[in-house]
Amino acid sequence: MVNWIWLFFIVASVAVAAVNGRMDEVTAAAFDGAKSGVTVSFGLISIMVFWMGMMRIAEDAGLLQKLARMLGPIVRWLFPDVPKDHPAIGYIMSNLSANIFGLGNAATPMGIKAMQELQKLNPDKDTATPAMCTLLALNTSSVTLVPTTIIAIRMNYDSANPAEIIGTTLVATAIATGAAILADRWYRSCSSSPPANPSIHNKKQTNATKPASVSDGIGGGGFV
Amino acid sequence: MVLGVEDLYDVFSKLSIWMIPAIIVFIPLYAALRKRIPVYETFVDGAKDGFGTAIAIIPHLVGMMVAISMFRASGAMELMLSAVRPLFDMAGVPSEVLPLGLLRPLTGAGSLAFTADLIATHGPDSMIGRIASTIQGSTDTTLYVLTVYFGAVAVRRTKYALKVGLFSDAVGFFAAILICLYLFG
Repeated sequence: MVNWIWLFFIVASVAVAAVNGRMDEVTAAAFDGAKSGVTVSFGLISIMVFWMGMMRIAEDAGLLQKLARMLGPIVRWLFPDVPKDHPAIGYIMSNLSANIFGLGNAATPMGIKAMQELQKLNPDKDTATPAMCTLLALNTSSVTLVPTTIIAIRMNYDSANPAEIIGTTLVATAIATGAAILADRWYRSCSSSPPANPSIHNKKQTNATKPASVSDGIGGGGFV
Repeated sequence: MVLGVEDLYDVFSKLSIWMIPAIIVFIPLYAALRKRIPVYETFVDGAKDGFGTAIAIIPHLVGMMVAISMFRASGAMELMLSAVRPLFDMAGVPSEVLPLGLLRPLTGAGSLAFTADLIATHGPDSMIGRIASTIQGSTDTTLYVLTVYFGAVAVRRTKYALKVGLFSDAVGFFAAILICLYLFG
């Protein structure tokens, strides 16, 4: 699906620009986009390096496992295929808590770290596992208790009550997250059945018969 | 009720100022005192992974941002929106917020700029301003999250992840509009 969306964006852009006579702008936009892709990635370096260092300490000290045990039942329900003492659970928990408390720059490194841990459990490194999709679903609908950025903007423009959108945002985000979890569950139940529908993507589905190799326990020091 | 919400924001803005320093102090302190871990060496060891991960994301992010920025600059997005705009007018929803529904999953910076612009033009306490604020706050940039998270582990086949993300964006978008119309209408 990503392939088609990407192709659609590019083809539609050039086609519309040809009609509109905006070819110059589109060419400039292509290179601007490339530049901001690199800028954003470079901006990620500092926070990734910092938080990954911090999180290694937390992992070695057993703090992540503690965090994982605290909200164990919910996470186990959301991620049934991740062993309960696996470090991935700890990272998922820290990612979700960082999101909830609006610690944006901590949430991304922790989410990526969780992804990397989930990738270790993945028998087919090219294809996303259901657990990865669930983590993504939770992050795209990002539950935030207080949307600080938007409140700051509203203050800037002299809102009589800048924080009045906290309530509406909470309800909307809860509904969006609920929808994400439901859709994720639905797709999970579809894809957990053996490859009955032979579509193009299913030729690598043989991993469904192979038990996911689960070897790393807690410790987790072995990935330097 | 109104006061309560203001207080909540106050508490949270103070909390978020304290939260990061608290985490940064607590983790190494606990590790050093309780587990006798060489904290600095462990930090450096873990931090090494961060650089490579951030670099690995570049190709993914460049590819995605090129497509999105072309799409916006060409006017193709505007064209797509004008097709659905009459439906919004019919439902009594201010169609000014419509671009936000498309922008929000695509670009974080773009949608934030658009929201700020709507708030500046129509006022933060107008219906449009409130709806835009709610939409902006209630979902994340799906395509960015997908690109970065899957890019970092080099997963190519993302299965249904994008569909779920976009579906939840759509649900969040309409939920935000309906809630605002109901509460503030």
